[in-house]
Amino acid sequence: MVNLGIKIHELDFKNPIMLASGTCGFGEEIADFLDLSRLGGIVVKGTTLKHREGNAYPRMAETPSGMLNAVGLQNKGVDNFIANIYPRIKDIDTHIIVNVNGSTIEDYVALTERLNELDKIPAIELNISCPNVKEGGMAFGISCPSAEAVVKAVRKVYSKTLIVKLSPNVTNIADIAKAVESQGADSVSLINTLLGMAVNAETRKPVLSTITGGLSGPAIKPIALRMVWQVYNAVKIPVMGMGGIMNATDAIEFMIAGASTVQIGTAIFIDPTIPVQIVDGLALYMERHKMQSVSELIGSLQC
Amino acid sequence: MKKTVIDLLLLENKQLNKDNFLLKLQSPVPVSDIFPGQFVNVEIKDAQEIFLRRPFSVLDVDYQAQTITLLVKILGRGSKKLTEAQPGVQISTILPLGKSFTLPEKDDHILLIGGGSGVAPMLFLAKLCGLDPENVHVLIGARSITDHIDIEEYKPFGNFYFTTEDGSLGEKGYVTNHPVFTNKLNEFTKIYTCGPDLMMKAIGRIALENKLFCEVSLENMMACGFGVCLCCVEDTKAGHKCVCTDGPVFNVNDLKW
Ligand SMILES: Cc1cc2nc3c(=O)[nH]c(=O)nc-3n(C[C@H](O)[C@H](O)[C@H](O)COP(=O)(O)OP(=O)(O)OC[C@H]3O[C@@H](n4cnc5c(N)ncnc54)[C@H](O)[C@@H]3O)c2cc1C
Ligand SMILES: Cc1cc2nc3c(=O)[nH]c(=O)nc-3n(C[C@H](O)[C@H](O)[C@H](O)COP(=O)(O)O)c2cc1C
Ligand code: FES
Repeated sequence: MVNLGIKIHELDFKNPIMLASGTCGFGEEIADFLDLSRLGGIVVKGTTLKHREGNAYPRMAETPSGMLNAVGLQNKGVDNFIANIYPRIKDIDTHIIVNVNGSTIEDYVALTERLNELDKIPAIELNISCPNVKEGGMAFGISCPSAEAVVKAVRKVYSKTLIVKLSPNVTNIADIAKAVESQGADSVSLINTLLGMAVNAETRKPVLSTITGGLSGPAIKPIALRMVWQVYNAVKIPVMGMGGIMNATDAIEFMIAGASTVQIGTAIFIDPTIPVQIVDGLALYMERHKMQSVSELIGSLQC
Repeated sequence: MKKTVIDLLLLENKQLNKDNFLLKLQSPVPVSDIFPGQFVNVEIKDAQEIFLRRPFSVLDVDYQAQTITLLVKILGRGSKKLTEAQPGVQISTILPLGKSFTLPEKDDHILLIGGGSGVAPMLFLAKLCGLDPENVHVLIGARSITDHIDIEEYKPFGNFYFTTEDGSLGEKGYVTNHPVFTNKLNEFTKIYTCGPDLMMKAIGRIALENKLFCEVSLENMMACGFGVCLCCVEDTKAGHKCVCTDGPVFNVNDLKW
């Protein structure tokens, strides 16, 4: 049996396959389709301090090999998460990670403090890269000083595993990764969606209510791979890779480029059983290549 | 009702008229319970620039034969590709999805109004509602006789009425112009509708004015179909609701119409 286990900071993941935030709900929505305990981790829906209705419909446009979304962090707020959702999902035998969002540094800190109380949430993913909200979100993730400031403030109040999710909508993602590493991030995850747009030629109107939205799916995979490779070469902390992963081969490519774990996002919409198939596919690949541990795969790109 | 991702075998693909096709699909395992208003999300393979699945309401289920029937209207590339599928191919589906219409009670007197491919869940409901066909009234609207969807085998389940915009079949005009709608509306205890947005809104508003029970089936754009992407939301009186999991069936009282 190959060993798929991987350690990120102080956390042992049973395998490197995780579900990406905003594409798997709270896990329970897809429990009919797959055994969640077979996954390395689940990053649940983006959470904010207060309830958010999100952006107006239409929020989605199909694109060649992908889709644009403009959900805008619709969620019922952290109090609802703690009272109603956490009790239902806390005993799923995998790491449950909460995706943390805010408009101000104070929001991020207050939300993190609330999540710090929860025993069964061993890590948070700080989202400084949401392209679909007016304030905060991506604004924090596109300059080094603001990324440093938010990570520094959150690090002070959070001692568990701190993952920072990076935006691809920057000139040099490696610089941002180094900036958040310098403030104590334990890992970086990338990429969030790329800012895009869709136009209806007949009506001459934008397809999305917000005009622009975030592009995901196979369309962004080459960009995501490139960024994972650049960040892997720039920082010492482990990298979580994502962007258009549809099958085990895609996941393996990200690991070769330097990802310690990978997250499966939009692929879930097409086939929610895919994440477990990727776990199995990874094991088969490692057997075929006579690898004992996933660490042999991570960053093994031979240039 | 556990949701599953499953390959179904296309048994039959029958063209009803220019744009409408009946697809009969067979499951390798017993079909789980499916009620009128519920839908399946279909993968369209080998089609250029089609990435997401496409949702289609269930028109009928035969539990014995393990088949599901869909009514597919050509709208764009995905639906077109699906109607070109040849019997014998496997089609990946996710099912059953969404909430069904509220089934009527014994002494209900119901009006079902379908427009375009929206007739699918209406016919399924007529068949499954369990009422005396005397008390089931089905009003079907189309642009013209050439778009009209006529499926004889459902005729025994109710009284059928037709409208076409050009008058080529039944009453000329919209469904809301038909006498069964204009003159008899208050005789019905429940109204159900599925079809173009404008049609459902017109019906829904009249039902609201007359304080009649009315359920509509929405067709918002979907990415996943099972409640994880939050792309399909409808702005209801209780905030954004997912059409794929909280719907597609909604009571008009809950909508901001
Ligand atoms: C719950 C539900 C039940 C449905 N039931 C049926 C049915 O029984 N029979 C049937 O023929 N159609 C049904 N539809 C509509 C069907 O899903 C769309 O016609 C189909 O997705 C169009 O895909 P396309 O690739 O042909 O169109 P595209 O080329 O993608 O787009 C063409 C047009 O179709 C519209 N469209 C695209 N995707 C959707 C979507 N997900 N929902 C609504 N409109 C869309 C777009 O607004 C566009 O104007 C249903 C939709 C929903 C949400
Ligand atoms: C509908 C949708 C909602 C998303 N919501 C979030 C979110 O709340 N927080 C977040 O950090 N990323 C969110 N993302 C981004 C994904 O987690 C992921 O970074 C991105 O989609 C790229 O991966 P993919 O191509 O595999 O989907 C969302 C993506 C989609 C498609
Ligand atoms: S289509 Fe994804 S939540 Fe409804």
